[in-house]
Amino acid sequence: MKANCWYGTRKMSVEEVPDPKILNSRDAIVKITSTAICGSDLHLYNGYIPTLEKGDIVGHEFMGEVVETGKDVKNLKVGDRVVVPFPISCGNCFFCKKEMFSLCENSNPNAPIAEKMFGHSPCGIFGYSHMMGGFAGGQAEYARVPFADVGPFKIEGDLTDEQVLFLSDILPTGYMAAEQCNIQPGDTVAVWGCGPVGQFTLQSARLLGAERLIAIDRFPERLKMAQDKHGAIVINYMETDVYEAIQELTGGRGADATIDAVGLEGHAAGPVGMIDKMKTAAMMENGRPHALRQAIMCCRKGGTVSVPGVYGGLLDKMPIGAVVNKALTIKSGQTHVHRYMKPLFEKIQSGQLDATYVITHHLPLSEAPKGYEIFNNKQDDCIKIVLKPGM
Amino acid sequence: MTSEFRFCPTVDREGLRIGGSGSGDRLKGNGRRPLEPGGALDIAEIASSPEQDEDTMNNNGLQTYKSRNRKNEPLAHGLGWFSIALGAAEFLLPGGLASVVGVKKRRTLFRLLGIRELISGVGILTRKNSTPWLWSRVAGDAMDLALLGTALAMPGTKNGRVAAAAAAVAGVTVLDVMASKEHTRRNGSAFEGALERDLKVRKSVIIDRSAQELYDFWRNFENLPRVMAHLQSVSRIDERRSHWVAQGPMGVPVEWDAEVTEEVSGERIAWQSVPGSKVENRGWVRFERAPGGRGTTVTVEMEYNPPGGGAGAVLAKMFRKDPTQSIHDSMRHFKQIMETGNIVTTKGQSAGRKMSTSKKFDYPVPDAQQFERLPNSEFAHS
Repeated sequence: MKANCWYGTRKMSVEEVPDPKILNSRDAIVKITSTAICGSDLHLYNGYIPTLEKGDIVGHEFMGEVVETGKDVKNLKVGDRVVVPFPISCGNCFFCKKEMFSLCENSNPNAPIAEKMFGHSPCGIFGYSHMMGGFAGGQAEYARVPFADVGPFKIEGDLTDEQVLFLSDILPTGYMAAEQCNIQPGDTVAVWGCGPVGQFTLQSARLLGAERLIAIDRFPERLKMAQDKHGAIVINYMETDVYEAIQELTGGRGADATIDAVGLEGHAAGPVGMIDKMKTAAMMENGRPHALRQAIMCCRKGGTVSVPGVYGGLLDKMPIGAVVNKALTIKSGQTHVHRYMKPLFEKIQSGQLDATYVITHHLPLSEAPKGYEIFNNKQDDCIKIVLKPGM
Repeated sequence: MTSEFRFCPTVDREGLRIGGSGSGDRLKGNGRRPLEPGGALDIAEIASSPEQDEDTMNNNGLQTYKSRNRKNEPLAHGLGWFSIALGAAEFLLPGGLASVVGVKKRRTLFRLLGIRELISGVGILTRKNSTPWLWSRVAGDAMDLALLGTALAMPGTKNGRVAAAAAAVAGVTVLDVMASKEHTRRNGSAFEGALERDLKVRKSVIIDRSAQELYDFWRNFENLPRVMAHLQSVSRIDERRSHWVAQGPMGVPVEWDAEVTEEVSGERIAWQSVPGSKVENRGWVRFERAPGGRGTTVTVEMEYNPPGGGAGAVLAKMFRKDPTQSIHDSMRHFKQIMETGNIVTTKGQSAGRKMSTSKKFDYPVPDAQQFERLPNSEFAHS
């Protein structure tokens, strides 16, 4: 089959690789009909995530048709149309039983690597480095799905791939980011980053009752989408000081909840941006956390800072004093996708929720490397790319 | 005696820890130490709650828990980093350093001293047992003092500066001797200690199954190769005895017979190799109900005397068959098979290279197999 593989920083290539096989009795093989490039895949592309090996198949947002099941997968049959959640979760452990699927204790064969970095390991994740299990990913024609009796969500009815594909990651991620802010009537929610996750976060915050939304980015097409689709007040951080703007908008109180939907490859205006860029280049920190710093500073006292953005290691100059003295709550985590698939699917089915508007590009799987390039460089007003193995 | 909790103090009191008492006579001939047959584990003591040796009981009754896997060694770490900093300075700026110390600019000598410092520093910081590397610092200090003494007699030496440098070295020597002696006291003599940590391993894991189920799996030793990638097979000889085959270093199998020495159904098992075995080893495992109905806390301790003694352990490590890591992996796999019925593997998956897995990063997993009592999946999209 054809699969998109990582061969080094900014080196992706679609190669002919062996077809996947059932390896465990709870596996299934899925023939992929649609798969997407995630913003977090750009961290792999740009070499920020350690423990990748040349030839790793990447991609963790995918859906398709079940073509084979292991003997202990009783809930799926050949021909079922499924969306696959990006976290691999056993459904049996302490965390899975508490519906904290991304913290599954049994799905990362390389847990010791993650334990060295984080103290404890998260779940295994498709196509996201060996520290996260070294599982082959979903930017391919076929994928092997471990614990297929737990993860894949069956799609019945005539919804298109584009309508449901994002249940695999970014839609639940945006939703969880907003949900964990415990939004109350009258709340102002500020979101850093207006990529796909930022858009879904704004959308979910609105759905959960936020009165006012503030969206921060620098790309006009993304700000325009936040304004038009979600009625957000938009701030271009290249034009104005974000803290001052939020202070003015909130009568000096700050936003009730602030959400960092940017992650470790943040960009900042001026000398601060330069300093962090130099430090990450010299491996003196593992990310450029401008958005997170600003989200902490702009959050009102007693408010919540929610972090769906991906960070992988150590950061510099975190204003922890602000967290303590303003009594902030920080909520984060890889998304517990399984928990949100059914409720969000029902909202899509009933027409309450649409996720298709973020898609700007459709490309054949064979052009995945080109997709990474234009997405990374924000060329051609690119916001979200869907890859089609059959195209 | 060391100042740590003992779950099985009998073993320690009888001096069965390699180098525990620092008595050199335990390492005989080829460097292998016989496990004494009289030292059967006292299972009652294994099961008792943590108890403290009388000689370490604090006078206010304070009992602190200390892990067997020691990592937090601030003085040793400080000295390690000091070695690296000084070594780098000597190596990169030999001339500058010579003028600070007030001696002639013998750059090659300074560079060699720098390399010595770097080796000591890296050894202290990266080796599991830093004891010999700390002693290497003490030897280095002696060398430095001798060199400074020689320099005093040479022309072109600034005696005031040399005296100040000697005073500084003497100060560091005091710290080095303190750290080395402390490590030796805790780990036995420098080189025996190096063996101990790799050969005696304790690991604890919480598993969401009843103590009895877990006990039953373990007591049927034939099950163990399913969770222990380094075992090829275990076969039953009779109720108490079994025959074990493990992958040794370089792929050569090693075999031995083991005998159950103590067992209490649903609670604990202790076993050890029969006297005269090639790979002398013993172990115990304990199953305790976890608080709040969260399953069972399983604690295992295994002690090995691998073929080839210390050299065997080092070789095994090079081939990623490090006993410590093996036991940790085994306990993770035990949890996986008991909770999910599977041990998730990636061996045989698709990849854009020759190998399906990564030799560099991926941990060994026992060959994919399924446990007959598959637990029901407890989640459904609902």
